[in-house]
Amino acid sequence: MGDSQYSFSLTTFSPSGKLVQIEHALTAVGSGQTSLGIKAANGVVIATEKKLPSILVDETSVQKIQCMTPNIGVVYSGMGPDFRVLVRKSRKQAEQYHRLYKEPIPVTQLVRETAAVMQEFTQSGGVRPFGVSLLVAGYDDKGPQLYQVDPSGSYFSWKASAMGKNVSNAKTFLEKRYTDDMELDDAVHTAILTLKEGFEGQISGKNIEIGIIGADKNFRVLTPNEIEDYLAEVE
Amino acid sequence: MSIFEYNGSALVAMVGKNCFAIASDRRLGVQLQTIATDFQRISKIHDRLFLGLSGLATDAQTLYQKLVFRHKLYQLREERDMKPETFASLVSALLYEKRFGPFFCQPVIAGLGDDDKPFICTMDSIGAKELAKDFVVAGTASESLYGACESMFKENMEPEELFETVSQALLSSVDRDCLSGWGGHVYVVTPTEVKERILKGRMD
Repeated sequence: MGDSQYSFSLTTFSPSGKLVQIEHALTAVGSGQTSLGIKAANGVVIATEKKLPSILVDETSVQKIQCMTPNIGVVYSGMGPDFRVLVRKSRKQAEQYHRLYKEPIPVTQLVRETAAVMQEFTQSGGVRPFGVSLLVAGYDDKGPQLYQVDPSGSYFSWKASAMGKNVSNAKTFLEKRYTDDMELDDAVHTAILTLKEGFEGQISGKNIEIGIIGADKNFRVLTPNEIEDYLAEVE
Repeated sequence: MSIFEYNGSALVAMVGKNCFAIASDRRLGVQLQTIATDFQRISKIHDRLFLGLSGLATDAQTLYQKLVFRHKLYQLREERDMKPETFASLVSALLYEKRFGPFFCQPVIAGLGDDDKPFICTMDSIGAKELAKDFVVAGTASESLYGACESMFKENMEPEELFETVSQALLSSVDRDCLSGWGGHVYVVTPTEVKERILKGRMD
């Protein structure tokens, strides 16, 4: 990239003090499919819509919720391919930490390093910012944690948050429904209800994805059947 | 003469009941000439973690500085002290990075882990960890130290008895080694306090 014509940073300041590329990246996120996360007293749940472009797509091959380490999972809103790149980099960073310290990486450290990668792409030559916002859910010695990471590289810890298309309605709904002493199962129900709020069409185990992590510190994605069970409880 | 025997050293760490002791000799030599009789081989990483470095003194000093640097950054980033096991893994990784041009040191790491459980380990100059439940030794006097510790060690010693045992083992071993000696430096660490004591032995 050194002597190419694009060796300058494409993310430059506007006169109003904003980085327009990052604003546009956030727009890309805002038009992505809704995703949300809720931190319960004994775990974290993250969920997203899984609207596929056609009924011919094999929905079992699409996995939007990924795990970065056995005890940290992540979901996104925005551009899928950018998400895949970030997950790959984060997994490598988590493993490097483990190789050095023989300890699983704390959630805050992994979030910090992922955010640092995203920030790099707002200040390097010839690259564009990532078009995703991440919701990172983890359980470590400090308990359950939920972080949002934006294209700019800023990260926030949330009790509950939403991103993507239906963000304002979803956040209002969450604000009303959230309680500090929620159990993980309640949180899953609340997550489903929040997704249902803005869902176009019939919600089912095949067009949403839910990932949970509890005190067992094992992140897992629920199977479509398990989601159907939760949906039945919510009806 | 081997590079590990250039400066001379003796290090021992021993486990007691909810406490540990780490001790070293005080001689710094250049082959057969004694240069200093107050050389510090054991350093504190944090209140519950001590590191002793035997072998070539210049490498011991540099390695110590590198480790303090890494630990301080860790403390700033993670807002907590490193656990002894974590620190041992870090030392091992750092030493292996220099696999084909190593630090000529043998570290001895001793600390109190979670639940105040004592942790000791040693490793060779390229980072092969050796965990032990009772004692670990390093330095030019290591063979004598192995023998002395093996016969004098008892499980679950209280801090005072542990201090006596470690001191006797150290002094009797360095007496049989011309490159280490000139007294001893003993740290006995319990969950509440760190006792540092200087031993007077045969000053030769």
